[in-house]
Amino acid sequence: MRRNSLVVRLLAVAALSASVAACRQDMHDTPRYEPLEATTFFANGAASRQLVANTVARGQLNEDRHLFEGVVDGKPADTFPMPVTAAVMARGQERFDVFCSPCHGRTGVGNGMIVQRGFRQPPSFHDARLRNAPVGYYFDVITHGFGAMQDYSTQVPVADRWAIAAYIRALQASRAATVDDVPADRRADLARPAGERREQEAR
Amino acid sequence: MSQIFQRSANTLSKVSLFGVLALVGGLVLLAMVLGRSSYVTRANEYIEQPVQFSHLHHVLDDGIDCRYCHTSVETSAFAGIPPTKTCMNCHSQLFTNAPILEPVRASFRDDTPLHWVRVHDLPDFVYFNHSIHVKKGMGCETCHGRVDQMPLMSQQRSLQMEWCLDCHRNPEKYVRPRNAITTMGYVPAEPQAVLGPKLVKEYGIRGNTSCSTCHR
Repeated sequence: MRRNSLVVRLLAVAALSASVAACRQDMHDTPRYEPLEATTFFANGAASRQLVANTVARGQLNEDRHLFEGVVDGKPADTFPMPVTAAVMARGQERFDVFCSPCHGRTGVGNGMIVQRGFRQPPSFHDARLRNAPVGYYFDVITHGFGAMQDYSTQVPVADRWAIAAYIRALQASRAATVDDVPADRRADLARPAGERREQEAR
Repeated sequence: MSQIFQRSANTLSKVSLFGVLALVGGLVLLAMVLGRSSYVTRANEYIEQPVQFSHLHHVLDDGIDCRYCHTSVETSAFAGIPPTKTCMNCHSQLFTNAPILEPVRASFRDDTPLHWVRVHDLPDFVYFNHSIHVKKGMGCETCHGRVDQMPLMSQQRSLQMEWCLDCHRNPEKYVRPRNAITTMGYVPAEPQAVLGPKLVKEYGIRGNTSCSTCHR
């Protein structure tokens, strides 16, 4: 009898611990909202609140029209609101490849994968009209969209938009560039695959 | 009067000694295996979503970078679930009549969010921040698996504490160059045993394992 009850107890403990292992305890899910979590508290069902209409959050007054709208004296800016450094260009290249290349292609001719799937083809950045467009124009198109292109204001922060505009300028310049434009000590890089070069520059 | 126990009882008693040990050991082992199994961790489980979104199609077929949609992964704790507007960037022109995308169009039309179900859900007592992991050279693939081969998203790793600690103790086994963060099917340019320690030093990875790193 004694032995029997011991076995039964052992089995009961084993069964209980197995069932506990599969439990989600209360502390796994505490009464607080994760980002973007649903709620029944607000009418629209979203726990994350949107900015109240006609208000400006502290630090987001964005008065600098050059920086935030790409406009100088009421016309699209022809200058960058920040110094264009190698770091800015590298950032621009990376962001261009993430956000623009799906349609515009990595070289900017407008043959990205989304276009190959049937999206309306954008004009090439190497057309005369776009080569002559001021940088502020590119900033404006990224911010507000153009034609079939939706705006990217929520996906690409302001500084990145300018970096992308700078990189588009570099893409355009590359079309007319000759070997003489490449610094002598970097010419050997031209023979190496782009991916390899990029990896080294990222270090 | 005959003996109560036969001679074989000697062997039986010895065997049963080990038998009890084996039974207890086996039960402990069973609990350990069960605790790590996908039955408990819910790994490899497909979760019903409002739209049968395919990462395979968007990542592998279209070559869209993870950050195109998960925009806040480099700057905040939360990687970000894209608003419906991001879907419409392309689907305003592509698959515009596909029935599978009707929930997306309805969401955009009525300005109501899609109710995506979270796949990777850490317990609330764990603090996790995507941005620091990305900055220190942890690839998406390391934790989320080959997303480019998932028609439907499922959790790939156990997300248990021992899994976190494995990397926090040996970050050199998993670190990769920052420019390969979103690469799927990443292959290190030089052996990981050489590259790993180099990157750990260069990125200043401390692999913090104090309790309050995650439980704060």
